[in-house]
Amino acid sequence: MFRLEKRPTPSKFWLYATPPVAVILTMIAGGILFAAMGKNPFEVIRTIFWDPVFGEFAFYLRGQLLVKAGPLILIAIGLALGFRAGIWNIGAEGQYIMGAIVGAGVGLAVFPTESRWIFPVMVVAGAFGGWAWAMIPAILKTRFNTNEILVSLMLVYVAETILAKASTGFLKNPEGMGFPGSRNFSSYPAAENAFLYEPLGLHWGGVAALVTAVLAYILLTRHQAGFQIKLAGQAPRAARFHGVNPARLVVMCMGISGALAGLAGLFEVTGPAGQISIDFNTGYGFTAIIVAFLGRLNPLGIVLAGFLMALTYVGGEMASTNLGLPDAAIQVFQGMLLFFLLAVDVLTNYRFRLHVGAH
Amino acid sequence: MDIGGINPVILIATLMASAVPILLAALGETVVERSGVLNLGVEGMMIIGALGGFVVAVETGSPVIGFFGGAAAGALLSLIFAALTQVFLANQVATGLALTLFGLGVSSLGGQGYNGIKPPPTEQLLPDALADLPVVGPILFGHDWVVYFSILMTAVLWWVLKATRVGLIIRAVGESHEAAHALGYKVNRIRLMCIAFGGAMAGMGGAYVSLARVPQWVDGITAGAGWIALAIVVFASWKPWRVLIGAYLFGGITVLQLNLQVAGSGIPVEYLSMAPYLITILVLVIMSAGRKGKANGAPASLGQNFHASR
Amino acid sequence: MKRRNLLATAAMGLLLASGGAFAQGMDKVKACFVYVGPIGDGGWTFQHHEGALAVQEKFGDKVEIQWQENVPEGADAERVLTQMALGGCNIIFTTSFGFMDPTNAVAAKFPDVKFEHATGFKRDSANVSTYNARFYEGRAVQGHIAGKMTKSNKIGYIASFPIPEVVMGINSYYLHAKKANPNVELSVVWAFTWFDPAKEADAAKALIDQGVDVIASHTDSTAPLAEAAKTNGAVIGFGQASDMAEYKDGPRVSSIIDNWAPYYVKRVGALLDGTYEQADAWEGIAGGEVEIGEITAAVPAEVKAEAEALRDSIAAGTYHPFTGPINKQDGSPWLAEGATAPDGDLLGMNFYVEGITGDIPQ
Repeated sequence: MFRLEKRPTPSKFWLYATPPVAVILTMIAGGILFAAMGKNPFEVIRTIFWDPVFGEFAFYLRGQLLVKAGPLILIAIGLALGFRAGIWNIGAEGQYIMGAIVGAGVGLAVFPTESRWIFPVMVVAGAFGGWAWAMIPAILKTRFNTNEILVSLMLVYVAETILAKASTGFLKNPEGMGFPGSRNFSSYPAAENAFLYEPLGLHWGGVAALVTAVLAYILLTRHQAGFQIKLAGQAPRAARFHGVNPARLVVMCMGISGALAGLAGLFEVTGPAGQISIDFNTGYGFTAIIVAFLGRLNPLGIVLAGFLMALTYVGGEMASTNLGLPDAAIQVFQGMLLFFLLAVDVLTNYRFRLHVGAH
Repeated sequence: MDIGGINPVILIATLMASAVPILLAALGETVVERSGVLNLGVEGMMIIGALGGFVVAVETGSPVIGFFGGAAAGALLSLIFAALTQVFLANQVATGLALTLFGLGVSSLGGQGYNGIKPPPTEQLLPDALADLPVVGPILFGHDWVVYFSILMTAVLWWVLKATRVGLIIRAVGESHEAAHALGYKVNRIRLMCIAFGGAMAGMGGAYVSLARVPQWVDGITAGAGWIALAIVVFASWKPWRVLIGAYLFGGITVLQLNLQVAGSGIPVEYLSMAPYLITILVLVIMSAGRKGKANGAPASLGQNFHASR
Repeated sequence: MKRRNLLATAAMGLLLASGGAFAQGMDKVKACFVYVGPIGDGGWTFQHHEGALAVQEKFGDKVEIQWQENVPEGADAERVLTQMALGGCNIIFTTSFGFMDPTNAVAAKFPDVKFEHATGFKRDSANVSTYNARFYEGRAVQGHIAGKMTKSNKIGYIASFPIPEVVMGINSYYLHAKKANPNVELSVVWAFTWFDPAKEADAAKALIDQGVDVIASHTDSTAPLAEAAKTNGAVIGFGQASDMAEYKDGPRVSSIIDNWAPYYVKRVGALLDGTYEQADAWEGIAGGEVEIGEITAAVPAEVKAEAEALRDSIAAGTYHPFTGPINKQDGSPWLAEGATAPDGDLLGMNFYVEGITGDIPQ
């Protein structure tokens, strides 16, 4: 029998080796899946992992990786701070939607004024929208001891209804012939989040994601607040003893994650998505939870995890279009990749020992 | 008898049926969480159960066997989660979400070829003579067997968790796995069994959607019911009867808001549409405000993995 | 700017590589389809895919088809379209309203690829065409059957989102039900979703519980029919998007079938033989895009005959489902005696006609 044995210190080798090992295992298992579906497994795997970065159309797709990874990273970093402190915001999707609505609403309210101040004000408004939406569960938790998992999740559905109302009502494009959806920001330069550098897919959202990652890293390693967050998560009682105010921590962590999700929504709606529409949200808020844990709640890990997820989306899409794979097969493949990443991670902190005899 | 064009008897009878998928899944998740495990993959297990139940019912011609097929499918999928979190000590939150993604994909692949088929019907259990009684008939006697099963399971789980040794062990493992381990309980094995039970219940809830609520198979048929089930567990403070109340409250308001639309209440539709979520929050706030300062009933080891160092 | 140059250059390169065969027709066409849902939805996306398969069947080796399921609207759509255009698709069909802006944005960068957008109105560049189906024609036939068949004089409509397409259908359904039966009352339930079978079933149940005995739906699943089936014949309904023939022996008395095959075959054929031109197609029963599924024996023969006559007069162009006099809900006149609705009014329709109670959520 094998049994797990805790390593005295985490293995440096496996810390870096687990992701590649997991990817290789996924390629093998996924290859079997694809072969069973009658596709050439090598071609599929190459399309997913190689083509987006080095293939014929990589000049375009490389940029798309950041477009896709940006919002995931931005949201996941905010969530990670809360998760570390034991605060469970799983309603980032709702905060993302509200950030987009408030931010876009500010921009559309002044249409067609041209001023260099419009976009920065929208950014602030977007962050505010997400922050305010996250404050509902935060305040209910601190005031009434209401569980934040339920409140933040339920508010996603409320936000979706508000989004539908915005698209068909108060933010509807007056020149849209009665169709749902707001004006498209690509026709309103002062409010548009245009690409700063197209080949890398860099827009202000990407900049924000990368800057936030660095700031979060500094916060967690160098700053008092970061220390408090970690302490509250690992040893809540000790944290109280050290003067950590739990209510203030909840408000801070929920606030930061809400504001970052709101920012992600604002950058998305004014840039890649282009407009508020009924189905504007595509689940970034939920996927970001996975990204946060894949990145081991570490800002730099989250950046890598965000890009890996983005790669499977972009590559998976290509495999689906070009090789005729059902979209569901790609979902299964993504699920496998996550399973392997999560499973192999055990080797960082544990080792398998051959166990002989009774114990 | 009607209030504003809505018959309350029919409303109650309807909500009891429409709450079944959420109720079953939430009951299962309650046991899982009471053992200290947070499985966010309820939606994935439900949809696998919806497909499994549908396929088994169609192939065998028996909806009852179908429900158990759904339970088996849900339990099977949950074993992936169990293996990852209990053997490989993977993070529970991320694994649960991955399970949902995986389950949605697998169900869509496996369901090809089952579109546009009608499953064998799940009929009312008791004779019409009882179901046609005024008032009590529709509410007490007018349902299919799964509705009664779901209420029975609520009672059974309440009893098991509160008054039996099995319940004591589950709670011990969920409150403090270290202490439970010191007492000689196999923490991970107990949790594995709880996870499989939760999977079976979620699978059965899913099967109720594809065999009774909607009777058909289409991609994505559970449409997010698993997420609501998760919220109901929290709403219920991990207590079975409160799960039932939560599921009926949520299901009831969903049904009520649609009825109010039909009856032409004059309340704007979008507010009606948000009502189930907002009222659930509101009720939880009122309930938890009364217990301010006390713990909200969450198992102390919830979401934490356990590794026996000895 | 930079983006445009980059992609234009890429597209140019491809064009040269492929020999620049245009205008005189093509030997082989790669036709690509972008779907908003899964093919297994049994409704909207399923029907589009049937159309795609019809193209393949019609032209065989001369056509290669490609598709992508579950494409979210917005940024993802733009990427999928760009990948398809880069990957050599000659004609791309985008099959949901939400793809309108992405379609036009990508089309501007690939002038030599044809883009066809379903249910939209924007044709910003010469290579963008739009197409839609006059589903309201089918709703008229359903409305007539509903008015004749209801015993409670209460008919219902399960609506998705308050958009013109849906409002148009409600109005057409109501007007023709009212014409067939002046006592008819319509209840509309807004589900605020395109697809949520359990919720659709709940909505149907709510309608049935309040005495409605004919249900039409503008959501995607068969759940409303399944719910109606539980009443053992007391309540009838209609197939939506696809025929839903499995309920023929039960509540389904007719259906509206979205048949995109004729249009897809025509457009790809035109590209092959060089007669392709930009278009704004909005065809209905006459063009074969809207089919009325078989009216079952549950409907009395004379009602069936009337419904079929209505269908045929719409197909022949002798009757328009929106013919005046029609007032708006508030009583203000919309169409004068004998006037027919201009397409522009229909496409932007955001009001109920007179007689419908309740408000459109806006």
